[in-house]
Amino acid sequence: MEEQAKKPVVQLVLPAEPPHIRVEMFSQPRYLSGARDLVSAVARRFGFDEGACGQIALAVDEALCNIIRHGYDRRADGKIWIMVWPIQDSSAGAGCCGDCCSSAADPLFPGDAAASRSDEPGLAECEPTGILIAIEDEAKQVDPSLIKSRDLEDIRPGGLGVFIIQSVMDAVAYQHRDTGGMRLLMAKRTDPEAARKERLEHPDLELSEPSSGSSSSEPSSGPDGSPGHTSGAHPTQERP
Amino acid sequence: MKLHVDQNPELATITPEGEVDLNVSRDFQLALRQTIDQKPSKLVVDLSQVPYMDSSGVATLVDALQQARKIGSELVICGMQPKVLSIFEITRLNDVFKIVKTLDEARLA
Repeated sequence: MEEQAKKPVVQLVLPAEPPHIRVEMFSQPRYLSGARDLVSAVARRFGFDEGACGQIALAVDEALCNIIRHGYDRRADGKIWIMVWPIQDSSAGAGCCGDCCSSAADPLFPGDAAASRSDEPGLAECEPTGILIAIEDEAKQVDPSLIKSRDLEDIRPGGLGVFIIQSVMDAVAYQHRDTGGMRLLMAKRTDPEAARKERLEHPDLELSEPSSGSSSSEPSSGPDGSPGHTSGAHPTQERP
Repeated sequence: MKLHVDQNPELATITPEGEVDLNVSRDFQLALRQTIDQKPSKLVVDLSQVPYMDSSGVATLVDALQQARKIGSELVICGMQPKVLSIFEITRLNDVFKIVKTLDEARLA
């Protein structure tokens, strides 16, 4: 539990900006591999080193498994949405220019992202400082406060998914969707030093590139077009 | 995922090949249980051909470990790749299982 104790208590909210990536999939285990590959490749482009990309993909895998097994009781026709935003570090000088992307404000260093944006649109390059992932479903709702990782001292099969997600991500929040189902928000910051070291040790590996995406400033309509996704003001469910 | 099973009564070996996730963990579990039902003295799970495993695969191995202990059989895991070892370390199960590097070490363990 030491790793979890070090993590800051933060508020995760669904960004008002549209996600850079939105994938809809059925609740079928055969699509887990594709989801992992997608998220891992995107995280790589955001500047995460290989180990962190694997951890992020693992967290997404575990979240999807939980939805498939417990949310939809292995029903194959449930819908799941995966959404991804790059995080801009509003506490650093290199904020988002405001025109080149629609990144999420840094949920791990809360602040006014707009304050760090350049007054000269297009001049700043938007190098992500992290990744924010939302996974939504239309499965049965559970009380977010009851979603807890189990005691690892109890050696038994199952129940490890939540612990793994909380261990490898920097911040995790479970929420009810206004239109039914659950939402999992999870964020992780890049470790520039680890990525730099990896590039030095493995120069043949592909370098990360600045993100680019929609310039729209309109709020997201959500995967189902529900207005509940436009507010960006969902209450935070803190996780232990 | 492909599964290679050698049900030697003294030293049984299971070698999965490919990613072990929720999509295939039931097949993995079935193979492990069928092998343990033969009551081998030792069961080696060679993970050298497994580049990725999620918690459903880990849970399957925990189940196998418990079943093996019930019949007095020893379960040894070998050949873990870094990503797979990582999930055992995260869940602190690397101290619960007997884990060695190579198949030869597992046979002698």
